[in-house]
Amino acid sequence: MASFTAGDNRRDLLLFAALGVLLLAVFMSQGTAYALRVTVEALCYALIAFGLSLQWGTAGLFNVGIMGFIAAGAFASMFISYPVNGAFWASDGPSLIGDIAVKIVIGAGLVFAVSRSGKLGLPKGLVTFLTLVTLAIAYLVVSQSLDPAARYIESEAGFVGGLGLPVYIGWGFAGVVAGAIAWVVGKICLGLRSDYLAIATLGIAQIIKTFLKNADWLTRGTQTVSPLPWPLPTASEIGFTAARSGYLVMTAVMLVIVYLLLQRAYGAPWGRMMRAIRDNEDAAAAMGKDVNRRRLQIFVFGCVLMGIGGAALIHFNTIFDPNGFLDLNHTFLIWVMVILGGPGNNRGAIFGALLVYIIWTMSEPVTLYIFDHIRTIGQSFGWQPPADLDSRALSMRVFVIGLTITLVLRFAPKGLMPERLSRKG
Amino acid sequence: MNELVFFINKGIFAGAIIGSIYALGAIGVTLIFGILRFAHFAHGDMMTLGAFVAYAMAAALAAAGVTAPLPLAMMMLPVVMLVTAGMAIGIDRAFYRPLRNAGARGIVLVMASIGVTLMLQGVIRLFAGPSSREMYFNERKDIFRIEVPGANQMITLTEPQIALFIVTAIAVVALHYFLSRSRLGKAMRAVSDNPSLAQVTGISIETVVRTTWIIGGGLAALAGTMLALDVSLKPDLSFNILLPIFAATIVGGIGQPYGAIAGGFVVGYAETLAVFNWSVLLRPIARMTDGAFEVPPSLAFVPTEYKLMVPFVLLIIILIYRPTGIFKGRVL
Amino acid sequence: MSLLEIRDLHAGYGQMMILKGVNLTLEEGEIGVIVGPNGAGKSTTLKAIFGMLNITAGSIHFDGRDITGMSPEKLAAHRIAMVPQEDNVFPTLTVHENLEMGAYTRRDDFSHVLDEIYALFPPLKDKRRQPAGELSGGQRQMVAFGRALMIEPKMILLDEPTAGLSPMYMSEIFDRVIAINKTGVTVAMVEQNAKQALAIAHKGFVLANGHNSYTDTGRALLDNPEVAKSFLGG
Ligand SMILES: Nc1ncnc2c1ncn2[C@@H]1O[C@H](COP(=O)(O)OP(=O)(O)OP(=O)(O)O)[C@@H](O)[C@H]1O
Ligand SMILES: [Mg+2]
Repeated sequence: MASFTAGDNRRDLLLFAALGVLLLAVFMSQGTAYALRVTVEALCYALIAFGLSLQWGTAGLFNVGIMGFIAAGAFASMFISYPVNGAFWASDGPSLIGDIAVKIVIGAGLVFAVSRSGKLGLPKGLVTFLTLVTLAIAYLVVSQSLDPAARYIESEAGFVGGLGLPVYIGWGFAGVVAGAIAWVVGKICLGLRSDYLAIATLGIAQIIKTFLKNADWLTRGTQTVSPLPWPLPTASEIGFTAARSGYLVMTAVMLVIVYLLLQRAYGAPWGRMMRAIRDNEDAAAAMGKDVNRRRLQIFVFGCVLMGIGGAALIHFNTIFDPNGFLDLNHTFLIWVMVILGGPGNNRGAIFGALLVYIIWTMSEPVTLYIFDHIRTIGQSFGWQPPADLDSRALSMRVFVIGLTITLVLRFAPKGLMPERLSRKG
Repeated sequence: MNELVFFINKGIFAGAIIGSIYALGAIGVTLIFGILRFAHFAHGDMMTLGAFVAYAMAAALAAAGVTAPLPLAMMMLPVVMLVTAGMAIGIDRAFYRPLRNAGARGIVLVMASIGVTLMLQGVIRLFAGPSSREMYFNERKDIFRIEVPGANQMITLTEPQIALFIVTAIAVVALHYFLSRSRLGKAMRAVSDNPSLAQVTGISIETVVRTTWIIGGGLAALAGTMLALDVSLKPDLSFNILLPIFAATIVGGIGQPYGAIAGGFVVGYAETLAVFNWSVLLRPIARMTDGAFEVPPSLAFVPTEYKLMVPFVLLIIILIYRPTGIFKGRVL
Repeated sequence: MSLLEIRDLHAGYGQMMILKGVNLTLEEGEIGVIVGPNGAGKSTTLKAIFGMLNITAGSIHFDGRDITGMSPEKLAAHRIAMVPQEDNVFPTLTVHENLEMGAYTRRDDFSHVLDEIYALFPPLKDKRRQPAGELSGGQRQMVAFGRALMIEPKMILLDEPTAGLSPMYMSEIFDRVIAINKTGVTVAMVEQNAKQALAIAHKGFVLANGHNSYTDTGRALLDNPEVAKSFLGG
């Protein structure tokens, strides 16, 4: 609930003060430039964590495809804001793509028409069958013309390039694309058992990533796209630290705005209804609430935040690299942030995001340091360490993430900053 | 004729091979879903764990100079299955049972299984490293060829592939007898049907849960090891194998072991035939009709890199049109 | 020494306390009937006897032994069986398998019990290979009964065995209960059809608001004008 008691505030303040000390330690020990990077990225993660906290904490929706929504948002923003590729527009590429687009529209129209042919009195099984057949044919036609077009674009122009629009439009579009994908997934899965949403989101994330990685004509694939435009005065204009600080301020402002909006929504009847649905779906449905529509709203909105967060993240690093999106870093790390911070509590999401991200980035050198010692000690006993010990060592971080999830679920299911519910009810 | 042989090798056999693997995995997932009521996300890595156990044992035996008529990893299968089953029970005790006893919702267990899968990934990669490994130690992978009259290509099957068909058949028959004849097997179906009534009847839920993990873990080890023997031991299979297995489970109907087997083969064949290059089969037809139509050099429904789309699309179609699966699973 | 002796039982679901002092005794060979309004805690009482919820105070003794909070597995060994109110068969198991499951805790030969049950419920014999989920409501009730009888219980707990059945089936079920009782099985039964049930009861208990407000012989409760007014619909 939005209303925090004085006791809650004191506790939160203490936790945040401890976090501040930790952050200060990072600034002192690692230098301003590095620490700024960690902080900005942590704030982007916090924005994404808001999305998950909204979905999981408020509505009990289980999204394990965060990486996909981040990647989709990142791509959308890259596409909007990256400079125009003249070679592509001068080639036959646009007309080829237009051609395919027309085929897609016609195909979709046909599939839709056939799927509605039940109105003509055809039996349901036949309609399903015909729909699937039409879908398969449309798919084959489109995919057959996609292939040569893709090859043509790659050889003539490299890739499609961007639209050269301002970055903030890109971020908005990032939210739109992520939200649109979420709408489709949610529409299919939200009426079913929650496990299905988990499976479907996991799948869609893998597929989005595979697509972005392989569609070289659109994304340059593994060759990556850089440098992405910077939304503020750049380092060459105002200096490195100032540019990063500017980005920090911008993400912080964005975060505060979203936080305030969410707090208001949580306190409003809308938030109460969501919690009612989460805590007792049957009762809420019996009260005549359209449970699935509410959930779809939440799911879409949460994914919009993830898309925007993903865009903010890649523009800061000024590179779009489809291979850089990882389940571990972009899905499970965020889960740890949310369940550790306290699902359903936005302060908890911010706190969790900052704390976990700092620990996460610091854990890499620490792990390597520890394993370096293990290597030295081991060698003195005649042990022959494997050549890839470093990359193996880093897999310990995967283990720790997994262990943290299971431990938190068992021993602190409400997280460090539990959701505060109003007395009544 | 060559084209037909190619189709048998790359279509029919390939589909049956991967279908068997999916079926073995999906049986475990569907039983766990039926008894414990959650989607076990750690199943893919449990398969890898089993394969890794087999690898470690075979490596140790090979180092000790042991030789056998069959590959060592295959010889050790019963032990590997037992060890993996024991590990599965241990994982349940440590991570799932406490949550169950605290009355956690199913979805919390799903989350916990994701935690477990990450832990398994971490441990496996720490010990096995990120690269693939061969399961054969100075051993030969026997290849069996059948000549086909009129073709200069041959129908080929490797030793692990034949072994896979045999062990899958044994596992399916054994499972059938277990579930339909044995006291414990019937008790498992009873718990899957109605857990609270099963409790009232005096069926020990703990025993049934333990049995579920033994079967699920054992079959996971079997599937993982056979897959590793057929191709190689890949430590990072995880979600790439998990998704088709989930798809097989849902296609077959959740909680339905026979459905899981059918679902495994449906998904396996769908995947194989979707990436199969149909030009191979069209070319002789074009030749016979004197080139009445032109055959593109490659005509596959889905490029190989998008193979994962196939189980996913199947899953989505099933969820839209028949969420209970082809065998009418009970949980929705 | 009574066969079943419940003293001042307090129990509930999680934090929510439903039973606030239930007292109930049954002698061997008796039929005890529990009646009361919906939500009074009748089913909850049976579940509490059967070790399915947390008991905060009070005790349950059976055959001289303390069985308070004992797990259902152990209760089966003490030869207590229960037929729950709803979902009381395994729908995908055949009728025969349902009965076999009833004997899950038995390690001896129970084929004679199976024969007795098929004799008691002849329709089940024809349907023995059919999944229980495909049976009619009355037949399902018989399966549920039969399943509970498989351990040859000393006491059987029945939760509304006639719920949702037509009047014809209803009296048939009551006849079966009497027949079972005649073989020496003590019966504790929750019933909505209070009048018929109390008529066959040796003892009746009226449960309201989590404790029993009246306890008497079945006959006496039926004749009690206050009970009749507030619980039996006049
Ligand atoms: N599983 C449960 N969890 C929480 N509360 C429950 C549960 N089952 C029943 N209750 C509550 O316990 C109270 C008593 O329920 P119980 O089922 O014992 O009633 P009953 O007397 O059997 O009613 P009926 O005649 O309708 O069967 C009710 O208020 C009910 O809401
Ligand atoms: Mg009741």
